[in-house]
Amino acid sequence: MAKTQSAEPLVAPDVLERVLAAGRSTGAEFSEVYVEDKRSTSAGLDDGKVEQVTSGRDRGAGIRVVSGETTGFAHTSDLSERGLLAAAQAAAMAAKQGGGGVNKVQLGDVLRHSVNTVKVAPDGVEKSRKVELLKRVDAAARAVNASIVQVSAGYGDSRRRILVANSNGVLSADEQVRTLLRVSVVATGDGGMQTGYDSLGHTIGFEMFDENDVEELAIRAAKQAVTKLSARPAPSGAMPVVIKRGSGGVLFHEACGHGLEADLVGKSASVYRGKMGELVASSLVTLVDDGTMTAEWGAIGIDDEGHPSQRNTLIQDGVLTDYMWDYLRARKEGRAQSGNGRRQSYQHLPMVRMTNTFVLNGKEDPDEIVRNTKQGVYVAKLGGGQVDTASGDFVFGMTEAYLIENGEITEPLREGNLIGNGPEVLKDIDLLGNDFAMGNPGTCGKDGQGVPVGDGQPTLRVRSLTIGGTAA
Amino acid sequence: MTVGVPDLQKLADSVVEQAKSGEQIEAYVSRGGETSVRVYEGELEHFVSAQSEGVGIRIIKDGRTGFAYAGTLEPSAIAEVLAEARDNIQFGTVDQWAGLAEPDGVQQIPQKFWDEELASYPTDKKIEITKELEKLTLAADSRVRSEQSNYEDGWGETAVSTTTGIRESGRGNSCYVSVATLADDGDEAQTGFGFSVGDSPKEFDLQKAAREAADRATRLLGATKPASKKVTIVLDPYVTSQFVSILSSALNGENLAKGRSLFADRLNEQVADARFTLVDDPTNKLAYTATDIDGEGLAARRNVLIENGVLKMFVHSSYSARRMNTKSTGNATRGGFAGGPGVGCLAMQVQPGTKTQAELIASIDDGVLIQDVAGMHSGVNTISGDFSTGASGIVITNGTLGAPIREFTIASTLQKMLLNIVDLGKDIDWLPMRAVGLSLVISDVMMSGS
Repeated sequence: MAKTQSAEPLVAPDVLERVLAAGRSTGAEFSEVYVEDKRSTSAGLDDGKVEQVTSGRDRGAGIRVVSGETTGFAHTSDLSERGLLAAAQAAAMAAKQGGGGVNKVQLGDVLRHSVNTVKVAPDGVEKSRKVELLKRVDAAARAVNASIVQVSAGYGDSRRRILVANSNGVLSADEQVRTLLRVSVVATGDGGMQTGYDSLGHTIGFEMFDENDVEELAIRAAKQAVTKLSARPAPSGAMPVVIKRGSGGVLFHEACGHGLEADLVGKSASVYRGKMGELVASSLVTLVDDGTMTAEWGAIGIDDEGHPSQRNTLIQDGVLTDYMWDYLRARKEGRAQSGNGRRQSYQHLPMVRMTNTFVLNGKEDPDEIVRNTKQGVYVAKLGGGQVDTASGDFVFGMTEAYLIENGEITEPLREGNLIGNGPEVLKDIDLLGNDFAMGNPGTCGKDGQGVPVGDGQPTLRVRSLTIGGTAA
Repeated sequence: MTVGVPDLQKLADSVVEQAKSGEQIEAYVSRGGETSVRVYEGELEHFVSAQSEGVGIRIIKDGRTGFAYAGTLEPSAIAEVLAEARDNIQFGTVDQWAGLAEPDGVQQIPQKFWDEELASYPTDKKIEITKELEKLTLAADSRVRSEQSNYEDGWGETAVSTTTGIRESGRGNSCYVSVATLADDGDEAQTGFGFSVGDSPKEFDLQKAAREAADRATRLLGATKPASKKVTIVLDPYVTSQFVSILSSALNGENLAKGRSLFADRLNEQVADARFTLVDDPTNKLAYTATDIDGEGLAARRNVLIENGVLKMFVHSSYSARRMNTKSTGNATRGGFAGGPGVGCLAMQVQPGTKTQAELIASIDDGVLIQDVAGMHSGVNTISGDFSTGASGIVITNGTLGAPIREFTIASTLQKMLLNIVDLGKDIDWLPMRAVGLSLVISDVMMSGS
């Protein structure tokens, strides 16, 4: 971690000091300025045509003032000192506790904590090259099979500069670059239409396309749709489920990730409350949340409260070792933050969020895991999910799955949800592979805010999960 | 729109006036504000007061489209957005149907979207209401805890101008309260929620929101996982609203044009049981998403989509209409200044039946009342029609409600479910969603559990 003087901060440090002081003018003990300047480019191709290239600019500041248990928050797109002071006063009034007085705030040097190296800044790349990627994806997907009738592809990049300063003296900056490519395919056959989807996203620049083959991405999505044309209805009832490496991290995101967020635990809205030090999963499971994981979708230099990202082990050999923390929840418990205070934009309050969440390797040969499963379902691609953290019940969609019969992967299955209970499913993991991989880039939604997250796992087996199919 | 916003309209006009020869320009400008109050255990947890603004500019030239936006209305930023949008044109593919909407002579039906009382409602009263809602919720049942009690309001002003002669501006405001609950029984915890919406806070029904939040959390305590079998399900109004909303994608004229609608080639055919009639009617002021204009500035209108089970029409924007050689049905959607228009239903309404929910349940021998679903986004494919969601509810045996059940899925296909609609309730509930709620009975659905 290098401490350097900022070349051109989004807002001058002396202005920040005055705004922070204004935030505390009604007696609050904490004030914070979060400044964001984000530029983005996106392009969409559908039905064989590049429909639209979009350029976007989002710039503004959110001011947070905390007094006791109360948070006041205001945001503004006016980054002048006058605009920032007005927002600080609004936030201060919102958190007013009757006190008063001027509180001087002094900031030191800007802390920068960078986890990624961007080789080719995407905003310096010709838009025509970005559009060209989409045309290649379209052509490659359509070439897979005559049954492919529609292709939609999207490209997006963003460069987000943030600056966080607070009355405790924190002054941190980060520049977060993200580059994304996604493709959706429709195939048609006798039994109707089926879809395929794949995506590629990293916290690096346009060099992502030197290191990854976009045609391969398109072909994978197209084959998924074509395969499903001959899919049979998924079974119903509970049975063993094998989840392919890098496709099922969302299981942990839903089964326990959200439940380990300290804001939910603090309100006893998590099934994992009061379980610290207890066995909450199969002893095979070690779960990590790591914001420093280079180039992965959830990687960040600092979190949105100015705290450097870090690697946190949440479950060690099945035992719950820690929750994830933001400033407010850590302050309440008198402990250190964990780099998990995140927000969607300057217009949002930060809260406890995951970054890259994954399960470490086990020892099994992945092929053996399938061979040792007499009857069950093999999930090659999971979609999104949803969890009720209080009961622990969660669902996730399987977008590509197959039957396992006598230790072999056989027929493709139609789509459906899987349902389980977090603590039960974690304990039911009975085989863990040695083939760890990260999965697709994701967006995690909580309380109306979306943030980019990553997930990953080796091939694994859950002894019993309920498959939401239609077949008896 | 009924109440214009002259300064925003002027700003939009000033962008459009800069059109060069051969260019079509649309300028969409907006600004708004919000208040958000959250109370937890009697204390104010947060108070958010925020304002935002922005501009989105779409330019079409020689069949190519470019778009740019910025979250500010500063003159220098608007000039930059215009330049970016213009620069982006060159990268688009020529599309013979690309173009802006043109005034079509359909008259707007005036509605009231602005409430003066809400606009001047005092801040401390907003906090008081939020505390009161939490108090009422806790009083409703001793097993219930609070997770959060919220008050939210927002106001917005928008204007859209185009070189094709569209000039519309208007403003609106709205508010709601919601409460999230937890209920405990030993180690087990279940969650619930309740809400109330109104033109102004005086229309809130706090008692009802509190009671629903308490009921939702407590009724699932002790729920077990059911065995797998085929059942008849009764969807609670809140669930029906979500089910109906997903049909919007299949009725979307752009999806039809691009081969993504499961209703392709089914026009004038029986796609649902004859008891099912679906209308999109944003002119009905009872609908939460009622509006007088669509996302392109054309008058919103009433469209009958499925009548007595027969598919009557798809919904269109001006773009999808040109592609399908028809006229816009006033169904352009818009998420704000950061994007161009899409296509979709605006305010979906199902024609109600004649029975109460209790009467519907009384006629079922073996079924489940579905009170909540999870994973509508992950287990429902609107293109293939595959339908599978997590669910919780109450067993129905010989016309009577029995034990609560959870951690199971319900699955079928959208195509089959529409044809298997057995009955509809008369219990219309104008929920704060895109589709109305009522009880809906569907037979032959696979319930998957243990």
